[in-house]
Amino acid sequence: MTTTDIPAATARRTPPPAAGKGAGRRREGAAWVFLSPWVLGASVLTLLPMAVSLYLSFTDYDMFNPPRWVGLRNYTQMFTEDPRYWRSVGTTLLYVVLAVPLQLAVALAVALALKSVRRAKGFYRSAFYAPSLLGASMSIALVWRAIFNDGGTVDNLLGTGGWVTQPGWALLAVALLTVWQFGAPMVIFLAGLQQIPAELYEAAAVDGASRARQFVSITLPMLSPVLFFNLVLQTIQAFQVFTPAFAVSAGKGGPADSTLFYTLYLYDRGFVASHMGYASAMAWVLLIAIGAVTAVLFRTSRAWVFYAGEETR
Amino acid sequence: MTTNVPTAAPGSQAAPRRPLPWRRVALHTGLLAALLVMLYPLGWLLATSLKPADEVIASLNLLPSRLEWGNFTTALDGVNDVSIPRLLTNSLLIAGGAVLGNVLSCSLAAYAFARLRFRMRGPLFAFMIATIMLPHHAVLIPQYVIFNQLGMVNTYWPLILPKFLATEAFFVFLIVQFMRGLPRELEEAARIDGCGPFRSFALVILPLIRPALITTAIFTFIWTWNDFFTQLIYLFSPEKFTLTLALRSFVDASSQSAFGPMFAMSVIALLPIVLFFLAFQRFLVEGMASSGVKG
Repeated sequence: MTTTDIPAATARRTPPPAAGKGAGRRREGAAWVFLSPWVLGASVLTLLPMAVSLYLSFTDYDMFNPPRWVGLRNYTQMFTEDPRYWRSVGTTLLYVVLAVPLQLAVALAVALALKSVRRAKGFYRSAFYAPSLLGASMSIALVWRAIFNDGGTVDNLLGTGGWVTQPGWALLAVALLTVWQFGAPMVIFLAGLQQIPAELYEAAAVDGASRARQFVSITLPMLSPVLFFNLVLQTIQAFQVFTPAFAVSAGKGGPADSTLFYTLYLYDRGFVASHMGYASAMAWVLLIAIGAVTAVLFRTSRAWVFYAGEETR
Repeated sequence: MTTNVPTAAPGSQAAPRRPLPWRRVALHTGLLAALLVMLYPLGWLLATSLKPADEVIASLNLLPSRLEWGNFTTALDGVNDVSIPRLLTNSLLIAGGAVLGNVLSCSLAAYAFARLRFRMRGPLFAFMIATIMLPHHAVLIPQYVIFNQLGMVNTYWPLILPKFLATEAFFVFLIVQFMRGLPRELEEAARIDGCGPFRSFALVILPLIRPALITTAIFTFIWTWNDFFTQLIYLFSPEKFTLTLALRSFVDASSQSAFGPMFAMSVIALLPIVLFFLAFQRFLVEGMASSGVKG
C-alpha cells in the first residue's frame, strides 16, 4: 500500500471560524450557487418525476393520449389478476436471496485469503476486481449466454444441457454472473480488514484464542459495518438487475418466464406494451419494496453491526 | 499455527529466508486456481472472437486451430449498415459528455455540502444520500415523458443532461468524503489572503481533490459505457446506436453462425474498459475501497 489518496480516516469537523455577518450571508449565497445544478437535478429529475409517476400509477396512459384516471385499478390488476407480475416478483426475490449472500460469501472468503498474502497482493486484488467492471456489459452477458447454452462449456463439462434453456436453471446462470462480480465487495472487505488493529489479534493470540475463535470474536464484529454496507448496496443493486436477464432471454424473460425479472417485466409493460400507468405502479411498488427491505436491514443491523468508537458519531 | 497473524508492519524488513511454508504455497495455489476460473469467460471470449465459423459449434477446444481475423473485419462493418467507427464515436460521445457533466456538477455540489454553511444543510444532505439508494426505475417513466415532451427522445440529451445536474449522488458523496479528509487550514490561509469561496474552490480545493475527480471520471466512463437500459429506451435510430445497442441486435439473432463476428464486436466493446482498467486500476480499486470504509 503505497497510496496516499484514500480519504484520511481522521476526517475531523472543526467548526468554521466565526466570520462577520456580511461574510456569512455572502457565503450562504455562494453555497446556493455551488448547489444550483444539484438542486435543479434533484427537483426536476428526481422529486418531480417521483410525484408524476405516482400520479401516472393511478391512470391509464399510453404516451399518445392524455392519461385517464382509473383509481386503484392498476394496483388491483397487478396484485390480483396478473400471474406474470407475481412470477416476476418471485423470480427477483429468489435471485436476490440466491445471488447476494453467495456473492458476499465469496467476496469475504477471497478477502480473508488475500489478507495474509504478502507477495503479489496488488495483482490478485486487481485481477479479482476486474470482472466487477466488465460484468455489467452486454458483451459479458452474451458470453454468459453462450457458455451456459446448449453445447456451451457448462453443458460439455457437466452434461446438464444448457442452463439458459431450462426453466429450473436459467436463474442460477444469471445469479452466477452476479457472483462472478464479487470483486467490488471484496475490495471493500479487504479495506475493512486492514483497518482492524493488529493488537486485537496479538492480545487474542496471547490469550490462546484459536484462529477460528479470532475470526468469530474479532474479525466478524470488527468487519460488521463493512458487511452491512456491502449487504445493503448489493441488495439494492440486485433488485434492479436488467442487462443479463435481457441478454440471456433475448428480452423475453424466458424460458417459461424463469428469468422474467421485475425490471424486465416493467420494461415490457411500459415500453413494449405502452402501459405506462401500469409500469408506473410497478415502479412505485418496487420503490416501496426496496425502501422496506432497506429499512428492515437497518433495523436488524442494531442487533449485529458493531461500531467501534461509536461515541464519536 | 498462529505465526502468520498480521503483526508485521507493512514493508517489514527482509526476514531470513525460511523454507516455503506449505500454508503459503496452498494459499497461492488456491488463489491462482480461483483466478483461472474467474478469467475463463474472458479467455473464452477472446478465443471465440478468433475462431473460424465451423469451429465455434463443432469443436470443444478452447483455442482456435487457426486465427480467423476475418471475424474482426466482418465486425468492423457493423450492424444495420452502421459501421463500428461510427458506433464507437457515438459511445465515446455519450461517455465523454457524462464524464464532463459528473465531474463538474458533482464536485460543485460536494464542495457546498462539505465546506459551506447554508440553511437546511443537514436535511438536504440526508436527502442526497437517500437518492443514492433510489431505484432508477422510480423516476424512469416520468423522465421519459419529460424528455419526450421536450422532443429529446432519440437524441443524446437524456443520456448526458442529467449528469450535468449531479443526479448521480454516489459521486457527490464520494467527493464529499474525500474533501472531509483535507485539512481546513489551507482554505483558511486562502481566505486570510482574500479568497472568497469561489476562488478558494478553484485554486485550493480543485487541485487537491484530483484523485477523487479521476475516480469519478473513470467510474462514470465505465458505467456509461456499459449502460444498456437507458440507451435501449431513448435511442432507436440505428445511426445513433452505441456499441452496446448494436450488440443487442445480436441477441435476437440466435444463430451460432454469427458467433465469430458477434464476439469480435464484444471484444472491441470491452477494449476501452480494459484499457481504462489497466491504466487506472489503482484509482478504481482505492476509490471502491474508500466508498465502503468510513462510509
